[in-house]
Amino acid sequence: SYLISFSFQQRIEIHKLRQGDNLILGFSIGGGIDQDPTQNPFSEDKTDKGIYVTRVTGGGPAEVAGLQVGDKIMQVNGWDMTMVTHDQARKRLTKRNEEVVRLLVTRQSLQKAVQQSMMS
Amino acid sequence: KIEPLKVTVDFLKVPLGLKKPPLKEALAALPGKPKSHVPERRKSRRSDAMDNESQYSGYSYKSGHSRSSRKHRDRRERHRSKSRDGTRGDKSVTIQAPGEPLLDNESTRGDERDDNWGETTTVVTGTSEHSISHDDLTRIAKDMEDSAHLDCSRHLGVALGAALALLAFLTPLAFLLLPQLLWREELEPCGTPCEGLFISVAFKLLILLLGSWALFFRRPKAFLPRVFVFRALLMVLVFLLVVSYWLFYGVRILDSRDRNYRAVVQFAVSLVDALLFVHYLAVVLLELRQLQPQFTLKAVRSADGASRFYNVGHLSIQRAAVWILENYYHDFPVYNPALLNLPKSVLSKKMSGFKVYSLGEENSTNNSTGQSRAVIAAAARRRDNSHNEFYYEEAEHERRVRKRRARLVVAVEEAFTHIKRLQEEDQKNPREVMDPREAAQAIFASMARAMQKYLRTTKQQPYHTMESILQHLEFCITHDMTPKAFLERYLTAGPTIQYHKDRWLAKQWTLVSEEPVTNGLKDGVVFVLKRQDFSLVVSTKKIPFFKLSEEFVDPKSHKFIMRLQSETSV
Repeated sequence: SYLISFSFQQRIEIHKLRQGDNLILGFSIGGGIDQDPTQNPFSEDKTDKGIYVTRVTGGGPAEVAGLQVGDKIMQVNGWDMTMVTHDQARKRLTKRNEEVVRLLVTRQSLQKAVQQSMMS
Repeated sequence: KIEPLKVTVDFLKVPLGLKKPPLKEALAALPGKPKSHVPERRKSRRSDAMDNESQYSGYSYKSGHSRSSRKHRDRRERHRSKSRDGTRGDKSVTIQAPGEPLLDNESTRGDERDDNWGETTTVVTGTSEHSISHDDLTRIAKDMEDSAHLDCSRHLGVALGAALALLAFLTPLAFLLLPQLLWREELEPCGTPCEGLFISVAFKLLILLLGSWALFFRRPKAFLPRVFVFRALLMVLVFLLVVSYWLFYGVRILDSRDRNYRAVVQFAVSLVDALLFVHYLAVVLLELRQLQPQFTLKAVRSADGASRFYNVGHLSIQRAAVWILENYYHDFPVYNPALLNLPKSVLSKKMSGFKVYSLGEENSTNNSTGQSRAVIAAAARRRDNSHNEFYYEEAEHERRVRKRRARLVVAVEEAFTHIKRLQEEDQKNPREVMDPREAAQAIFASMARAMQKYLRTTKQQPYHTMESILQHLEFCITHDMTPKAFLERYLTAGPTIQYHKDRWLAKQWTLVSEEPVTNGLKDGVVFVLKRQDFSLVVSTKKIPFFKLSEEFVDPKSHKFIMRLQSETSV
């Protein structure tokens, strides 16, 4: 048996949680066009300057919605996130008047594929 | 003062022996002596010259020679082999030099006595069966003198060069003087211009003389086997120049009795100028051309693999050989045959082989190759533990050497604390004041044993006699050296030139080369400098051509930014 790696896109809808005066999503992002892409542990291509999810707090809205560590965020509420600075990304995610954010993420996945002939 | 000396002598007589160079080495050194004296007697001018025939060793130089020289060579060869046979084996004979105190009067026969300096030490007395009588000595000396005839051919070259130089030097003077002598009355008077020319001739000749002295009046470093091409070229050039000038002089001036003295003087001045230019050419060819490095020579000693790299310029093979030898004597650690072999216990295991039995086959020729191949294959497959033994022996030896070395260092340090340089203000009893020699002898006894043991462990004891150690100690004491500086000579094996002249064996080198030795060096040339016990294999590589390109770096480009890797939680 061997592993196949592929990426697929997923739409995730996160409902923000109110904590005091803030609305939090429950994850951390890294990356951006003003950052150093070679330090990104999650990207396959080390020149990729996109926004990646670096941490997901346990039990937070992001985890509940199905976001995983290592996801690359392509769009937030229709806004493109592949060519933004880090700060711009943060701003787009933390708009005070939005309670729901819809993300389009790309996830790398490894799946085991079992050869037909080895079965039986 | 004599008292303490005698005491020391007695003390040292008992445990130590003294190694003197054996006779065969003394004999080997003797042939060198007449030859080294002969060049010193040369006092000719322009004695740069012509080392037409020469040798490194007596045996194998291949250039053509007269029959007499070959005869002498054979005679010397036979004598050498004879002397060697006579002194082969355990008994080595030494000639006792008069006046030198020998501290060991015992003769040992090669069995290892723990307390001796050397393995075999024998002292000649009149009654020993291997003593060399006075007749033998005179015969040896006469042989050496006869073989000095070989140098005649070499000195022919030198004499030729000197004669040519003298001729070239005197020719302008002759040109100037001959008209005055032969037809003085008919000469037109020549005033100031002539005087100016006379002065210039005088000074130019003086400069030529000084230049030749600087360039050519040097004791040659080596005798080369073949003609030194550039020198021959220069001599031919000078000869042609002088001859053509004489020719013109004879025809134009002597025959026609030219009255214009100024023309004659100018003619002479032009010759001197031409000679100065030839001297310039000599400087460029002989000295300057070889300075810029073009080749890298790798010299490897065949006996133990010591290797060095040298950069040289354009040289002929024989000159490169001389260069290598000069550097060999101060770069390579001294050749110590005792350090070469694997310990016997390691090697002997390999000797036992397999016995191969053939069953019923009659074809003997087929068998032998088949057998040998089978033996080799079986030996290769067999599990071989000799590397294990080698490793442990080496480790053990290392440990032993380090232990002895530690003891030696401590002993020497302690010994040096016993003496102190006398200061002016110290009021010492004049009887207690010693000169360096006595001070050395006084402290030598305390370190002698440790030194002896260390030298034996590192197998260096043939290279250092007690006398040499005492002399070195005296030298170090005179110059206020620390114990570490004193020991530097013994803790590491130094280059050959550090040791006694007997070790140098400088006359025994032979140049072996496939290409003619007057050819220049080229990439890939290999030649070998052979000596009796080992050889130096020298290979040539051209220094690569470097293509350097320039790149301009704008100082404004030296600006930097932080590498950001922020993580924000949202």
